[in-house]
Amino acid sequence: MIEDREIDWLINEVHEYYGYDFSGYSRASFRRRVDRLMEVDGFKQFEPFLSRVRSEPEYFKRMVEEITVNVTEMFRDPAFYKVLREKILPDLGTKPFIRIWHAGCSTGEEVYSMAIMLEEAKLLHKSLLYATDINPLVVESARKGIFPLRMMKDYSENYVASGGKDDFSGYYTANYGYAKFNSRFSEKMVFSQHNLVSDRSFNEFDLILCRNVLIYFDKDLQDHALSLFDESLSILGYLALGTKESIKFSSIQKKYQQLEKDKIWKKVK
Amino acid sequence: MEKGEVKKLVVIGGSAGSLEVLMGVLPKLRPNMDFPVIVVLHRKSADDNTLEELFAMKTAVPVMEIEDKTKLLNGYLYVVPADYHLLFEADGTLSLDASEKVHYSRPSIDVVFESAAMAFREGVVAILLSGSNSDGALGCVRVSENGGTVIVQDPDDAEMRYMPASAIDLLQPDLVIPGREIADVIIRI
Repeated sequence: MIEDREIDWLINEVHEYYGYDFSGYSRASFRRRVDRLMEVDGFKQFEPFLSRVRSEPEYFKRMVEEITVNVTEMFRDPAFYKVLREKILPDLGTKPFIRIWHAGCSTGEEVYSMAIMLEEAKLLHKSLLYATDINPLVVESARKGIFPLRMMKDYSENYVASGGKDDFSGYYTANYGYAKFNSRFSEKMVFSQHNLVSDRSFNEFDLILCRNVLIYFDKDLQDHALSLFDESLSILGYLALGTKESIKFSSIQKKYQQLEKDKIWKKVK
Repeated sequence: MEKGEVKKLVVIGGSAGSLEVLMGVLPKLRPNMDFPVIVVLHRKSADDNTLEELFAMKTAVPVMEIEDKTKLLNGYLYVVPADYHLLFEADGTLSLDASEKVHYSRPSIDVVFESAAMAFREGVVAILLSGSNSDGALGCVRVSENGGTVIVQDPDDAEMRYMPASAIDLLQPDLVIPGREIADVIIRI
């Protein structure tokens, strides 16, 4: 197991060499990811690992990819999507134009889920979905809208549990083990790399989704990201977090009202 | 309730056949323990807070729901939520982690035991119960390597012997006892 001082060392070096600041990441999680990467890549000692990170930008890229978690699903937590479908979208639908930001979009499964719901609510034509992630590789992958076909059974079940009533398989074409989602969805999406640690607000949104991203940050960085979301939300806009995340005890809390028990907050001030 | 910094903790892990054991252990636990108890069970991803509610009915120890960065407090019982791994931060808070499953499981007992061992070293008492996969065995080794105590349910007493037996294959636990004796050990900590 990597030592605490080695983690500090790695964080400092990475910041100095590449400008990426991981100091606000949850220490326990960061440690686990680095341990795992070192094990997978056969590093028994820390110093050879650090030296490779420093000397090979390509390997540093790999490190970023492995440190950031890219586990996601379509319609993950169907109950959450049901609330979006039944309570949030009808409200957003009254606006002439809907801007949505998926912060930490990973490989894009949640963005396509949202686009499907927007289409079913007849709102997709006036919507624009911005999807960003720190990891350029997953952003590229998300842009394509191609997911493993073997996942579609689970996703279809999630879709139905979220209140979906149409034929889920009608939204993609299956080919060689992959499901490619219709391009009418991706036409409404804008993908780009964005780092919640160092990049600024870039637009104003009516709904921001950032689910299971803040859990990898410490309290200070969580607060920083929440302030960034606050700056990027229009008044009466919505912020949606993961099922175990909260804005409780953050500096933006007083401006927001939670929707009952759901992890969705409305900006009221 | 016992105040102050958390220096030691009990982590109980189990899978198939472990719920029955816990249902025997929980009613015997007293409030005001000077350490927290964390329970990590393999559970279906969609079962919400039903396990917390079930436990709360069975014990006088207050059950605290875990959210991200929840602070660990002595005298409380915590249940690791479905679909997340649990990690211990040095400042006494809990982090959740939605990364890849380990042993087809999220939460994984190995992940929770290992993280507890890194954060609390010799202050960890890890208890591994019945189950039908090998998750938890390596975690027990990590706890032991870092000076903590490992207690394993006697495989002959376990409904599913594979999980406790896998741990015994990898290390010599401090105690191997039947499920009905586990509560007494916790009370004496």
